[in-house]
Amino acid sequence: MSKYEHHWTMIVDLDKCTGCQACVIACQAENNIPVVGEDEIRKGRGMQWLRIERYWEGEYPNIRARFIPLMCQQCENAPCEPVCPVFATYHSEVDGINVQVYNRCIGTRYCANNCPYIARMFNWFDPQFPEPLNEQLNPDVTVRQRGIMEKCTFCIQRIRRARETAEAEGRSIRDGEVQPACGQACPTNAIIFGDLNDPNSQVSRLAANRRGFRLLEELGTEPAVIYLKGGESNVI
Amino acid sequence: MLSEKTAVTQSENYWRKHLMLDPRPVREMNQMILTAMTTVNKRYWITVTTLTLFVTIGLIGAWGYQIFNGMGVAGIRRPVYWGVYITNFVFWIGISHSGTFVSAILRVFKAEFRRPITRASELMTTFALTVAGLYPLIHLGRTWRFYWMIPYPNQRQLWPNFHSPLMWDMLAIFTYLIGSTLYLYLPLIPDFAMARDRTTGWRHRIYRILALGWRGSESEWHHLKQAITIFAFAIIPVMFSVHTIVAWDFGMTMVPGWHSSIFGPYFVVGAIFSGVSAVATVLIILRKTMQLDYFLREEHFDAIGKLVLVFSFAWTYFFFADYLTEWYGGEAVGKELLTLQARGPIAPLWYIMLITNILVPWLTLWNRKIRTSPKALLVITLGVNIGMYIERYIIVAGFLTRNRLPFDWGAYTPSIVEILISIGSLSTFLLLYVLASRLIPLIPVWEVHEGQISHTLRRVGQALLPSVSELE
Repeated sequence: MSKYEHHWTMIVDLDKCTGCQACVIACQAENNIPVVGEDEIRKGRGMQWLRIERYWEGEYPNIRARFIPLMCQQCENAPCEPVCPVFATYHSEVDGINVQVYNRCIGTRYCANNCPYIARMFNWFDPQFPEPLNEQLNPDVTVRQRGIMEKCTFCIQRIRRARETAEAEGRSIRDGEVQPACGQACPTNAIIFGDLNDPNSQVSRLAANRRGFRLLEELGTEPAVIYLKGGESNVI
Repeated sequence: MLSEKTAVTQSENYWRKHLMLDPRPVREMNQMILTAMTTVNKRYWITVTTLTLFVTIGLIGAWGYQIFNGMGVAGIRRPVYWGVYITNFVFWIGISHSGTFVSAILRVFKAEFRRPITRASELMTTFALTVAGLYPLIHLGRTWRFYWMIPYPNQRQLWPNFHSPLMWDMLAIFTYLIGSTLYLYLPLIPDFAMARDRTTGWRHRIYRILALGWRGSESEWHHLKQAITIFAFAIIPVMFSVHTIVAWDFGMTMVPGWHSSIFGPYFVVGAIFSGVSAVATVLIILRKTMQLDYFLREEHFDAIGKLVLVFSFAWTYFFFADYLTEWYGGEAVGKELLTLQARGPIAPLWYIMLITNILVPWLTLWNRKIRTSPKALLVITLGVNIGMYIERYIIVAGFLTRNRLPFDWGAYTPSIVEILISIGSLSTFLLLYVLASRLIPLIPVWEVHEGQISHTLRRVGQALLPSVSELE
């Protein structure tokens, strides 16, 4: 049991992941992430909050591809938080996740430098949503201005909506009621989301799995994203 | 019989070499300074116009363009979120260490060669800090919201985060800017009074205000001396704190190559190294362009040359300690950083830095002839500052291209906007200095005079020996 009301946690089962990138697209659509165009992507200014990192191992013909979906790890000891001079990023005491306040951000980009997962994205220009992308903007999510930082929020808008529904109905949030866009889109159910505070939730059971590990665990950031990996299954 | 002749030659040698033993009437020295201040030729105005043009293009044109379009017009990109702007920031903060170091520390230790060079270096501190202070604003994604970093009472009860090294940084820079400006101003008061009494027209009106009614009475001198002594002692820890905190912007993070406990002192030593070199550069140029040969002599360049050499040793020591620690640490990403410097895309820069910061000073500055040759010293000290700029560039923009996740490695090249803004800020510094050189007495006449009074040649047996008496 943690000090938070909820301890939202994500499980990414790498043994199930096929690297299809459906989660990447779902995330982009859900969170009003702008399309930056080929030139900017080539410069390394793509803004996907969630990306599939792909590594080649070995030399041809004995070559293998390894991949891992990577998003903000919602660290318990988040290195991005103390360095922000204006508290634009801080730890939510309700959800136990790392929150970014767009309107407070002044764009020092200090947080992005200090993130060992390179999970933070910067709005280099004002966002563009060329036709027909403007038709599918999510009304639950702010469109960000140029000059500010953004990152994966664990689909905080969905968490909020579930909590409000639960409050209105006078009950607590049910396991599986909140599902981030990436998890919803995943065809193999590799991304599981839930409350670690609830000992009977799916994530609590999976978190105890011996296949589990956290990324760059040695840094002591205590991520809220737990990866599962047993064998050589996600290798092509 | 021989002794009389030897004594005369000896004393002539001393006059030629030492400003303190070659006294001239105060009136004459005042006149020299005023002439230097009021002489403007065509070349001066061409310089001013060109610099103004560069300032306009860089700071109004390029910066304005960046504010209206977004940070994307700069070359920075994920994962290199800090680039030339922060490099420039650290570089100018480093230059600003010249004044306080040369002036305050040498004043505290009563180094006599400081007398004619304090003003020129203190002026550098103030102007370099002004330019450095621009960069945190230039590099902000939303420059128009910079005031959110200032702790002011507001309706939403929002407060800045004092855990962030950037907040420490801002406080340290403001303290240093205020302190060093006052420290520049205090010894200027008698010189402003001197200028007030010898000028007419608009100059007279300005100097009358700036001289604060100085009459040169015993009690005024007493208070001024006391204030200068207090400031000289107080500004030294502030100077150390400023660059230490700039280093902590990096040292407090967990970025590979930045997270190092040695960064504080390493940056302070680097800053003094580049600052003292910049003082030499500026003095050589001032002497040439403003005919200050009487005040700025071989002995001064000799002394500054020695300081540059000593700080080259000190910087090399810190550089080596940092490098060796990274090497023996053996962490994969640390190794990658070392490879990046030795064989990667920034390798040419790294080798230039080693040559200008270590090889050249070590091979040349031990030689008195080279130290006292203005041309050689100019080349060497300019080289040191190029090397020190590269050092900061490698630390900021170089190290950020590598991290613990090789998939996210990146590359960085400054864009035209970044280059224009950098040129604009360099021009701002130069313009401020060029303008000030005709408005502010660049040599503290009273300090030189005071030194000359306290120095005498005494005959001991057959030899003439210089002696210094304490005036306080």
